[in-house]
Amino acid sequence: MDEIVKKRIKQLLKGDKSSFAEIVEIYKDRVYQICYRMLGNPQEAEEMAQEAFVRAYINISSYKLDRKFSTWLFRIATNLCIDRIRKKKPDFYLDAEVSGTDGLTLYSQVAANVQLPEEEIEHMELQETIQKEILKLPEKYRSVIVLKYIEELSLKEISEILDLPIGTVKTRIHRGREALRERLRHL
Amino acid sequence: MNKCPDEIIEYMHNYLDDDLSTEEEHKLRSHLQKCENCREHFHELKRTIALVQSTSHIHAPVHFTDAVMSKLPKQSKRIQIKSWFRNHPFLSAASLFIILMLGSIISSWNKENDFSVTMHPGIIIENDTAIIPEGTVIDGDVVVKNGNIRIEGKVNGDVTTINGEKYLASAGEVTGNINEVNEIFEWLWFHIKDLWKGVVKLFK
Repeated sequence: MDEIVKKRIKQLLKGDKSSFAEIVEIYKDRVYQICYRMLGNPQEAEEMAQEAFVRAYINISSYKLDRKFSTWLFRIATNLCIDRIRKKKPDFYLDAEVSGTDGLTLYSQVAANVQLPEEEIEHMELQETIQKEILKLPEKYRSVIVLKYIEELSLKEISEILDLPIGTVKTRIHRGREALRERLRHL
Repeated sequence: MNKCPDEIIEYMHNYLDDDLSTEEEHKLRSHLQKCENCREHFHELKRTIALVQSTSHIHAPVHFTDAVMSKLPKQSKRIQIKSWFRNHPFLSAASLFIILMLGSIISSWNKENDFSVTMHPGIIIENDTAIIPEGTVIDGDVVVKNGNIRIEGKVNGDVTTINGEKYLASAGEVTGNINEVNEIFEWLWFHIKDLWKGVVKLFK
């Protein structure tokens, strides 16, 4: 897959804009996933994920072909999300009640139209709780946990994406894991 | 909560990161067998990871790619032109050549607004009119720029007037062609013909 991506990037550098659509197609789910887990809000996640691709397109000439493209792209996305988290008010999360509704979150809104079997609903509720707890982590622990356990990246890749020494990444993963353990042990 | 050695928790995390030596792993295992609290802690950590990993993989919204493509900035004109030149080297060279040629010819057209005549002995200049008097025979071509010519004698060659008029008196005679050039394109054409004649002469 890396070969295909590098071929498309070379075409893009020659001025073939349409080859970028294929790159977006390959990475859109993973980039969106990072943004969604980091921000917890579908609209914001989509906005940031799109912005990440636009920035990758504009700055494609600064990407070095001998490096892994996904690391470079995820770094753009993660940095955008971290900036957004630092700027926004903390009450803007997924579990925030939708205004004008009674105790309805975006999650339950999504689920409301579809009839789901009992265990499916339970599963969704569990997912909701886990997502909420991930979102309650401070941003520096949240980013490493998302990259490590949701994107399943290596410590080395995480250290490159976040531009941190491996030792720091490890410490943050340890602390993040402990914090989540405290909150999820009762489940 | 427990009086276990501090490094045990550290070992647990290193174990989860695949970063534990065999010796340390041995220590961890033997401790876990003795200590209920640490066993519970370790179990909770592993369960936490499983829970986090279980969050179903979500997908980007539909039309995501289209939305991104429509947001991309237009390629700047400069880059477009650059890449066109890079992709069409021969056309670029040819167009550059034509531009330079046109430039030099047009500038020579503009520069030469003054009255000028190919001088031959016997030609008389009166204001902006060149006169070839009766009885005078000119051997060679005569070019008059920005002025008129009155031919009363004989010219053994071509007569060309550029931005001017010619009067051929009844007694006058021109053995070659008589050309009048008034427009810039005719001027160009004249130049090209001239060049071509030169080339032909060169090969003769």
